[in-house]
Amino acid sequence: MGAGHGHHLHFHGHSLAHRLPAHAKLVALLGFVVTVVLTPRTAFAAYAVYLPLVLVAQRCSRVPFGYYAKRMVVEVPFVVFALLMPFVATGPRVEVGPLRLSESGLLSAWALLAKGTLGVMASLVLATTTEPRHIVGGLERLRLPDQLVQIMGFMVRYLEVVTGEMARMKVARESRGFQARSIRSWPVLATTAGALFIRSYERGERVHLAMLSRGYTGQLPVTRPMTATAEQWRRAGMLPAAALATLLVAVAL
Amino acid sequence: MSAPILDVQGLAYAYPDGHQALFGVNLHVHQGERVALLGPNGAGKTTLVLHLNGILTAGAGSVSVSGMPVAKENLMEIRRRVGVVFQDPDDQLFMPSVRADVEFGPANLGLRGAALEARVVAALDQVGMVDYIDRPPHHLSFGQRRRVAVATVLAMEPEILVLDEPSSNLDPASRRELADIVRSLDVTVLMVTHDLPYAYELCSRSVVLSDGVVVADGPTRDVLTDDALMSAHRLELPFGFDPRTIPAP
Repeated sequence: MGAGHGHHLHFHGHSLAHRLPAHAKLVALLGFVVTVVLTPRTAFAAYAVYLPLVLVAQRCSRVPFGYYAKRMVVEVPFVVFALLMPFVATGPRVEVGPLRLSESGLLSAWALLAKGTLGVMASLVLATTTEPRHIVGGLERLRLPDQLVQIMGFMVRYLEVVTGEMARMKVARESRGFQARSIRSWPVLATTAGALFIRSYERGERVHLAMLSRGYTGQLPVTRPMTATAEQWRRAGMLPAAALATLLVAVAL
Repeated sequence: MSAPILDVQGLAYAYPDGHQALFGVNLHVHQGERVALLGPNGAGKTTLVLHLNGILTAGAGSVSVSGMPVAKENLMEIRRRVGVVFQDPDDQLFMPSVRADVEFGPANLGLRGAALEARVVAALDQVGMVDYIDRPPHHLSFGQRRRVAVATVLAMEPEILVLDEPSSNLDPASRRELADIVRSLDVTVLMVTHDLPYAYELCSRSVVLSDGVVVADGPTRDVLTDDALMSAHRLELPFGFDPRTIPAP
């Protein structure tokens, strides 16, 4: 769910899902994903219930389905891998049309696709309804170690600054007739990457000076602790609770 | 005259690599003054600024702020008293929202709740940016970011505001808006700049730093019209700007 891509992911709105506090949504997402991952891959009925559950969660965000669909592209590498598995896996084979495919490969591909797709769909609900900085705030609230939270916060803040710098360097390169066409252009690209690293490193030092100048002593002050009411927890918990109930029923049957 | 807000005496400093940047700087800034610190690139201006709030520690000499020496045990109070606005607002604004950024300084001083909120709103109001309180800094224009950078420091209610190249990279309208803001503030200002018309417009007094020493200290008009001084220290008036023909602001 890469918080860094948040500017392309976040969809401005005021829906039920948007209004829930970030830490409650994070816990709900984690609960749901863990439940899905724990579900045996042959429990097809359970997966048939998970899908509408996630779709309902997506509906609750009032974000158009098309918006979600486009952002599902992130899953493509996994889909390709899943499609390959029936061909490369070993073991007993089954006839599917003109092809002879591995049985265990088919099952693994199904599990990877089903779990991956559900995970991505659920993550997108979090990513579209929560601004990256609030996700960072939510992680802070969930007691993620302070250093990690600060690193993520700076990533969210400076990603655009650094990509902007990278884009300017690209324009400057190309303005002087450079085109990355063959392996011979790699040294130039490597030098650019090095220069970008040095620049970012120096910026890091300047930011640190600016922080010290305003009284930083190693910890970011928590000025507005995130809170969630019991009602909000109940709402956020509905998705993972429903999934867990489904899993239990599927396993019991 | 009253005790100076800023009192720098015989300040010398060499970087760890041996390069000596300051050779005995003397500088006094009094309550309510707006002073321009001029000098060519490499004169030691930034090094001097970093001494004012104790980021760098004097090799020799002393710095004190309203009578309090800049020393390790006073750092927090010194950093409250001396507000440094750095040149690149992207360095200054490191938090994910304008509000969080302006809160950062006063929250480090222990403010919370309504008192903190009041400080933040007051500081943003001084620079005309209250409406942008919940925006992320990277969605603001460069001029707006510079103004928020000033607010992050004003929120600490400093006794002296140190501006490093405040007019750099600003379009003429943003440059003029920032000048209006600086004029409207009831705070002592030390402004490091290459923008001589800006210094003339905003600061009645100028100090020239060159090769690590103060080589001139006087009314801005006198400094800018001293041709021998100006050319000796690589200071040049921009084309068409002549303080002799412009009435004092």
